[in-house]
Amino acid sequence: MPTPTDPAPAAVAEPAPASSAEPPVIEFVDVEKRFGDNVVLKDLNFSVRRGERVTLIGPSGSGKTTILRLVMTLEELTGGYIYIDGEPLTHQQRDGKRVPVPKKQQKKLRTRIGMVFQQFNLFPNMTVLENIIEAPIHVLGQSKKDAVAKAHSLLEQVGLPDKAEAHPTSLSGGQQQRVAIARALAMDPEILLLDEVTSALDPEVVGDVLNILRQVADTTNVTMLIVTHEMAFARDVSHKVMMFDGGRVVEEGHPEKIFTNPEHERTQKFLSAVLGES
Amino acid sequence: MDWLEEQRQHLQALSDFSDRLIDGLLTTIQLTLLGGALAFVVAVALGLMAGAPSLWLRGPARVLIEFFRGISLLVLLFWMVYVLPLFWMANPDLPGEGLVRNTFLIGVVALGINYGAYGAEAVRASLTTVSQGQWEATTALSMSWPHKMRRIIFPQAWALMLPSLANLWVHLLKGSAIVYILPGVNDFTFELNNLRRPTDIWFSHALVGLVTYFVLALILTIFMQALEARAKHKLGRGPSLKEILSPDPPAIAPDAASSSTATLSTEKGSQARGETDASQTTGGGAR
Ligand SMILES: Nc1ncnc2c1ncn2[C@@H]1O[C@H](COP(=O)(O)OP(=O)(O)O)[C@@H](O)[C@H]1O
Ligand SMILES: [Mg+2]
Repeated sequence: MPTPTDPAPAAVAEPAPASSAEPPVIEFVDVEKRFGDNVVLKDLNFSVRRGERVTLIGPSGSGKTTILRLVMTLEELTGGYIYIDGEPLTHQQRDGKRVPVPKKQQKKLRTRIGMVFQQFNLFPNMTVLENIIEAPIHVLGQSKKDAVAKAHSLLEQVGLPDKAEAHPTSLSGGQQQRVAIARALAMDPEILLLDEVTSALDPEVVGDVLNILRQVADTTNVTMLIVTHEMAFARDVSHKVMMFDGGRVVEEGHPEKIFTNPEHERTQKFLSAVLGES
Repeated sequence: MDWLEEQRQHLQALSDFSDRLIDGLLTTIQLTLLGGALAFVVAVALGLMAGAPSLWLRGPARVLIEFFRGISLLVLLFWMVYVLPLFWMANPDLPGEGLVRNTFLIGVVALGINYGAYGAEAVRASLTTVSQGQWEATTALSMSWPHKMRRIIFPQAWALMLPSLANLWVHLLKGSAIVYILPGVNDFTFELNNLRRPTDIWFSHALVGLVTYFVLALILTIFMQALEARAKHKLGRGPSLKEILSPDPPAIAPDAASSSTATLSTEKGSQARGETDASQTTGGGAR
């Protein structure tokens, strides 16, 4: 079980309602990630509560993507522990030793996590509808009828009601990313990981995709871990912003504070560089 | 003229031998189809094992692939025909003696194992060519390994492995001639050797043999290219088979008019386009 840390941050606007007894939805404890000799994350501790939306910002190479990929189990955790709903995701402590958790447990936890990628990664051998219903039917065991109905309402939600039978390759980048969002939401994830989901898009469609995500944020209680360079979006949707540099948290807090009155010089520099360029 | 008379005699010999040649041809076709089918099964099974995450599957697959690629088909045939029956001679009670004495079956199995081991390498390699992003998306959707393989990865690798498999199949067709050393398997090459006696090697092998094997290989190639075009179309690259075969340009949707000339261009053209797409996909995945 996770070590009880104090989850109460200084000041968070409209905090996501959560009973104090409930464990954090995501908790990093002493996380370390190495690629060979290259230590990318070190002594990383943070937690995210249910319904909370946290944005990770920081210069390229600071380890933001790696954090999301660790949660999605796309990277191997080389040190420390990650807990999902209080349960260990990859490793646990037993008799004072760090041992891997059973594969079955990891799979069970993983179905609660969804991810949207920068490069969309739709399956080209399937139609849009098939992309969306494949995992709900075969992983969650939903009936085809339910999965199809849900898929159609999600396509409606992302503004592509008439594209169910289209092939992903025939869609524009913005449309593909909207399908990818629908595909992730079709799994009813507790946690949604968004890794620079608008970075590969033409500027004129970035707004559409961000609006859909804003709407998801407004209408659901899904916990979000977001990496983005869209600072206005980050400011609107997140409860907390964490500034990373060199694999460590430089500063974290309410978006209003981070964006208007950052304490650290590195945050100030980073923000003026990002905001200045646009 | 002497030469003309000789050719007339050759043709006479060809027609005298036609029944046996056709039997031989049918045997060669059976060897190619059955051996090819077995080789395909072996290739997919070993290729999937060799690409599996578990060392318990990967290890044995590697050993089998290297072993059967390493030993020559001739040695394999020799073993199966002359050494394998020794076990039955030593233990007359062993079941299945009829099978090890069926030389045609041995030919099929030897071809299937040998070419299957080569095919396994093509299958494994094409699985790794499917972009990393596709694998990651299946993990993000919590798909099990058999599920992602069957529904996502293999169907995409299929288009990539078909050209290699087509090559191997043509090799298998030509390699099937080696079974004429087996007692009781009279394939096309065996009958060509019979035809050579009343004629000469130029007529039997260099003309009849060459043309026949060439035509068979051509049929295999066209069939496999059709499969490949279909597989690519399913991935949203390239025209459908219907569009390729249609002699009628207006049959293509009007909004594809700008690309319709390309659609009707030769097989080569569509391949080239497919490859461009493939390189773009890999480029995207490499990021
Ligand atoms: N697969 C990998 N192999 C080796 N190094 C990697 C790999 N992935 C990321 N890194 C390194 O980890 C560091 C953090 O990368 P990343 O998490 O992608 O940063 P960010 O998303 O903040 O730009 C970088 O220095 C990068 O070079
Ligand atoms: Mg990144």
